[in-house]
Amino acid sequence: MKGKKFVYSQKVAPYVFVVPFILSFAIFWIYPLITAFTMSFQDIGAIDSEWIGFKNYTKLLKDKVFLIAVANSAKYMFFTLVLLIPFPMLFAVLMDSNVVKAKGVWKALLYMPALTSVVISGTLFRLMFTEYKTGQMNLITQALGLGTYKWLKNGWSGMLALLILACWRWTGVNMLYFLSGLKAIDTSLYEAADIDGATPVQKFFYVTLPLLKPTTIYVLTISVYAGLAMFLESYMLWAGNSSPNNIGLTIVGYLYKRGIEKNNMGYACAVGVVLLIVALIINFTQLILNGTFKKEED
Amino acid sequence: MENTKVRNLSHSPRRIIGSIFGTGFFAALCAIIVFPVLAGLLASFRPGTELIRRGLAIDFNPKTMTLANYAYLFGGNADSKKYFMWYRNSLVITIVSVVVTLLICYFVAYGLTMYDYKLKNFLFTLVLATMMVPFEILMLPMYKEIIKLGLIDTYTGVIITGVVNASTVFFFRQYLSGLPKELLSAARIDGANEYYISVKIILPLAKPAFASMGILSAMGTWNAILWPLLVLKGAEKFTLPIGLNTLLTPYGNNYDVLIAGSMFGILPIFIIFLLFQKYIIDGMTAGAVKG
Repeated sequence: MKGKKFVYSQKVAPYVFVVPFILSFAIFWIYPLITAFTMSFQDIGAIDSEWIGFKNYTKLLKDKVFLIAVANSAKYMFFTLVLLIPFPMLFAVLMDSNVVKAKGVWKALLYMPALTSVVISGTLFRLMFTEYKTGQMNLITQALGLGTYKWLKNGWSGMLALLILACWRWTGVNMLYFLSGLKAIDTSLYEAADIDGATPVQKFFYVTLPLLKPTTIYVLTISVYAGLAMFLESYMLWAGNSSPNNIGLTIVGYLYKRGIEKNNMGYACAVGVVLLIVALIINFTQLILNGTFKKEED
Repeated sequence: MENTKVRNLSHSPRRIIGSIFGTGFFAALCAIIVFPVLAGLLASFRPGTELIRRGLAIDFNPKTMTLANYAYLFGGNADSKKYFMWYRNSLVITIVSVVVTLLICYFVAYGLTMYDYKLKNFLFTLVLATMMVPFEILMLPMYKEIIKLGLIDTYTGVIITGVVNASTVFFFRQYLSGLPKELLSAARIDGANEYYISVKIILPLAKPAFASMGILSAMGTWNAILWPLLVLKGAEKFTLPIGLNTLLTPYGNNYDVLIAGSMFGILPIFIIFLLFQKYIIDGMTAGAVKG
């Protein structure tokens, strides 16, 4: 009876509610995170493992394939930020204005790619970027009199294919993020700007852009992570984890290759730790530059 | 002043031209966005060999169109049986995962919102911390862990690692903190215990939050690839995306099933999306506004 009362008390109940989180946090977050670090200092064998210090890391820094993967992921992340923040933001501003009719239809259609599994969209894009005459990209170049091109066999065009796939999938989603940010802006600010005789361009730069900042930071943060951790798009575009001269290999692709395909878990975990450090550095730098931590001082 | 005048005249020529450009822009953008899926849909009505020979050509010619791929897909043959086994597996995993995830995340968020206690803010910081580490980094140690726990090649192994989802907890917490706390004190005076209140009084009020998170979580699980690809080993356990992925051979001998199966696989998500569009957008954008 006493035990029951204890569990039912207002002091204990919150802890009962959060128990699943604590368990899941311990088992599926802290434990694997620590294991990722410890495994990265080991040579993981099938039966026993051996501590080898920083050997995985020193090997990694000299590993040319890893450096290609880092360069690919960095390029991909950089270009997705350039393409998938300003354009969706402008589209959202346009969508929010009174010149667009049938908004619901466009919003639904722009969101559609995000509903499609990467297995399916990757297959469709592979067919469009094929080196044969039938691919849409080659139909365009042929119409321009340029002949066919091996899109998925050259570095720049392989990256282009990945970026077009990324833009296809995420433009609508990011636009919806910015739209919801725009809805949160007080319309009286625009009326005040109107009274002061502000032009639409001035209104964008002096009202919209500063007030969209929380949304922009949010989109930036998720895009940095998504860009650095990209893997499946490449996996599906090249129908597997190998692309000619590793043009589509990403950091996570290399982690998968080493850890799962080659069963070299220790080395793969070192790749993961490097990825984590890079992701955290970029995000903190970006948050500091945006003054997120200054907020409380103001 | 001129600006406001123009705005009020809804039929002014300037306004009409603006509408044509604005609407035309989105129509063009959507045409590009829809193109690959439309091309895939048309290709699914052509024989698989045509897909290799002609790619995703846009061709509405009824003479070359056929229902053969779909007839084969639903035909009850070995391929068809395999396909619908994957389809059923995906449905089972999605339904179980969504129900379990939502309930757990709701109660966790409830515990992190409705009470004041010492560890509350610390625990919530931990929830947010889990968002800072990409899943891909934890993937390999988690894979080894799942093997150790004997959950490899089981649905439990696929589902269990994601039942406490930080962004779902975050969304529920935002929703619950908008509810008046007086509800709790009133119920307590009536003699209701803490768990009764959380289930019978607050949970029904959180229905819109359940709808938003349920749909987003269902879409994510239905399309999930990476983790199920690691955990599930036997072809009879595969989910739809992973099964379809195995059909991607360089020989292209499975393209009839692949293309028709892919299109039919998008269907449940499209239907859910069209029915619950509003909830999806609410749930998705919750984190983006308050930041």
